[in-house]
Amino acid sequence: MLAILAQSADATVFLPPARSTIAGAHDGLYHFVFWMSVFFTALIAGLLVYFCIKYHRKSHHEVPDGPTHSTAIELGWTLPPLILVLVIFTWGFRGFMNMNQAPNGAYQVLVHATKWNWAFTYAGGENDSELHVPVNTPISLVLTSGDVIHSFYVPVFRVKKDVVPGRYNKAWFQATEVGTYDLFCAEYCGTSHSQMKTKVVVETMEDWLKHVEERGRWWDGKKPAEVGAEVHAQKGCKTCHSLDGTRGTGPSWKDVFGSERKFTSGDPVVADENYIRDSILNPGHHVVEGFDNVMPTFQGSIKDPEITGVIEFLKSISANYKGLVLEEPMTATGLPGTDETETKE
Amino acid sequence: MSVIHDPVKAGIHGGQAPGGTNYINNSKGILSWLLTVDHKRIGLMYMVCVLGAFLLGGSFAIMLRTMLFIRAASETPISEGAQNMYNQAFTLHGAILVFMFIIPAVPAILGNMVLPLMLGAKDVAFPRLNLLSWYCWVGGAIFFMFVLINGGLDTGWTFYTPYSSSTTTAATTATMGAFILGFSSILTGLNFIATIHMLRPPGMGWFQMPLFLWALYATSVIQVLATPVLAITLLLLMAERILHVGIFDPALGGDPVLFQHFFWFYSHPAVYIMVLPAMGIISELMSTFCRRHIFGYSFIAFSSVAIALLGFLVWGHHMFTSGQSAMTNAVFSLITFSVAIPSAIKVFNWLATMYKGSIWLATPMLYALAFIWLFTIGGLTGVFLGALSLDIMAHDTYFVVAHFHYVMVGSMLTAFIGGMYYWWPKMFGKMYSEPVAKVAWFLIFFGFNLTFFIQFIAGSKGMPRRYADFVPEYAIYHEISTIGSYVLASGLFLVLFNWIHSLKYGRKAPQNPWGANTLEWHTSSPPPTENFVEDPPVSEPYVLGAWEYDASIEGFVHNKEKAAKLAQMSHH
Repeated sequence: MLAILAQSADATVFLPPARSTIAGAHDGLYHFVFWMSVFFTALIAGLLVYFCIKYHRKSHHEVPDGPTHSTAIELGWTLPPLILVLVIFTWGFRGFMNMNQAPNGAYQVLVHATKWNWAFTYAGGENDSELHVPVNTPISLVLTSGDVIHSFYVPVFRVKKDVVPGRYNKAWFQATEVGTYDLFCAEYCGTSHSQMKTKVVVETMEDWLKHVEERGRWWDGKKPAEVGAEVHAQKGCKTCHSLDGTRGTGPSWKDVFGSERKFTSGDPVVADENYIRDSILNPGHHVVEGFDNVMPTFQGSIKDPEITGVIEFLKSISANYKGLVLEEPMTATGLPGTDETETKE
Repeated sequence: MSVIHDPVKAGIHGGQAPGGTNYINNSKGILSWLLTVDHKRIGLMYMVCVLGAFLLGGSFAIMLRTMLFIRAASETPISEGAQNMYNQAFTLHGAILVFMFIIPAVPAILGNMVLPLMLGAKDVAFPRLNLLSWYCWVGGAIFFMFVLINGGLDTGWTFYTPYSSSTTTAATTATMGAFILGFSSILTGLNFIATIHMLRPPGMGWFQMPLFLWALYATSVIQVLATPVLAITLLLLMAERILHVGIFDPALGGDPVLFQHFFWFYSHPAVYIMVLPAMGIISELMSTFCRRHIFGYSFIAFSSVAIALLGFLVWGHHMFTSGQSAMTNAVFSLITFSVAIPSAIKVFNWLATMYKGSIWLATPMLYALAFIWLFTIGGLTGVFLGALSLDIMAHDTYFVVAHFHYVMVGSMLTAFIGGMYYWWPKMFGKMYSEPVAKVAWFLIFFGFNLTFFIQFIAGSKGMPRRYADFVPEYAIYHEISTIGSYVLASGLFLVLFNWIHSLKYGRKAPQNPWGANTLEWHTSSPPPTENFVEDPPVSEPYVLGAWEYDASIEGFVHNKEKAAKLAQMSHH
């Protein structure tokens, strides 16, 4: 109980901190309805207890005789609730319209949801697994799904919008304070629904510009296998594919490269570079025996240097691969001299 | 099909059937139950099965709350096996309790038991159809049991597409089960509508009907009109899963939000299938235990009808975040608020019934009081969710979970248990232990509020629903909630123990232990197979003065002279 009361200073007992321009209006209505509810609950419960004491039955021979109806009283207690709910409706509708309509000139971010991963794309095509936004800037979101329905939810912004396959849903917000906040999937989407969470990082404009620029070449200067390991951790691969041989929703990545893969249909294939690339971009093409066809495609949300990184990473953790793993750091544009035949024995 | 009154059999007075037989002991053997067309026996068969479903669905609730408690206390990441297990637990918890318990509980158990009795009738209008409805329930239940042993179910009870069209769990079997259970509901509703229209005794106009019957009538209309939409929706889902006809799955050219419209077109009115008959029970309890004419009879009756009709027009409020147009959202929000008015009217009328009453805090009345507390909180938190901007924040969080548990479980369950205690003496001819019943009431009331009130806070803070895992700041709410659920469960087991114990050791029940005047109290406890050995005297259901307390039988006895006098007075 103490832990509940000892929340951070600007959070109330009931609400999380308010960190967007629309949060204040939401919280105002929330508190109005809250105190109205407290009033009516206290009134009803108070009368309940009072009547139980005052009119407590003393003998079963009592035959009380009170009023049985009164149209005036009925109308009297119908009107105040009616007026109250109309006020609340109007207030809620106005708040909703403000939430719904992004201001002109808002900066657009594409949000792509798949089981069980969030992928964000900035205006220059830079990919990110966390949503980085500049503070005090209106951000509009275009939400798409690669498989089932998800829902974009950031409690401190009071923003939620379903991500529906086959539709472009939109949402917007303007963050008011620098900080790192939780972003949840709010619509049940299967096994790891509760793991489908990431962070919203609100930064100063300066920091944000720097971050986006870095995201456009984040693999620059890193060894390919390191890039692959980061892709595994950040793009949601780890939700289904373990690195230690444990079976998950998908097969473990350990010892895959160079092994013979058996499929639910079609002939077996030895896992090589083409097989890995194909499995990332067309996952339904070859479904490994004993697993279900549930993986979404990463077409459009993964860059070629990142795929190269994954391939080298897989080589580095496979006992079935006897060749060398690329050690040379990658460059911003990808990987010059990536002709893999040169590095293989 | 008229009111059955056999003057030859009516040789013995006092409502006792010849030879002391009643509907329970007048024939023996399993076939005498499985082939019975007696509404009371069908009610009892429903009781055993539906309570079994309650135990099963409740076990899943305890399981998932325990998993959340363990999760709250644990440092290590949650395994995928545990996530799957949690998803299956909340799905089966919801699906079993909604389709197999909450929807049938009051109409099929208590409605079947007392609706014909309240009309002074021998049975429902279509007794064989009534038995068929029970077999439909059993058929649907078998499909659900098959789901349990055949891959489980992880879609949530809402079966949202396209997840449900693509999951590898036994979604097809489960939808088939829900489809068949729907027919049980439709047949019961149809039967009740026909019975109320055709079998009211001479002298009982619509406005001399007990309010429980008004509530059952309004419920039946929803069951008959809304359930077929669910059936069609589930068939379309099966067509998509089995035949790959694109209806809801965008990969096949369908629209997933269409499914939500279809689903909630049934499932929102279904909330009123759950709570309307519960409200009917409360009206009966309030009048009886305040020993007073119910206040505002016609307002309560019409508010049931208003809720039933408006309930059809609010389904879109489940989709405020789905991307439907702002105009659609506004219309659904406004109509949603209109449901608040008839609900408030009912609560105020019940309170007014207590005013200047003679309040007897017997166990059924305690449940009625608990109902008012829980329904008030459930209703007022509905005001939060009806407001568009607040719903955007609260949708799919524990706020919604807490809200609908207060309405669907807190309100409905307390009314159901209160009604069970109220009619228990009539059903079985035995009185339960009052002290044990009161202890159990306290555990349930305290446990329920501890379990679910804390969830309003968790939800307002942003805890999403259907989460096997959560960020650490929500752990405390889950711990408290789980402890509450254990208290609640222990209270429910105590209720069950008290009921079973009373069957063997309970004091013999008088004909009318409470002094109510609806017609079921004008026959013996338990009633004979044909319900009444002589026509019960039809009078105003809430004029109670003709019943006088007799301490020697700890019950009320009907004074015919007084009744005649009161009848004369009300005609003036």
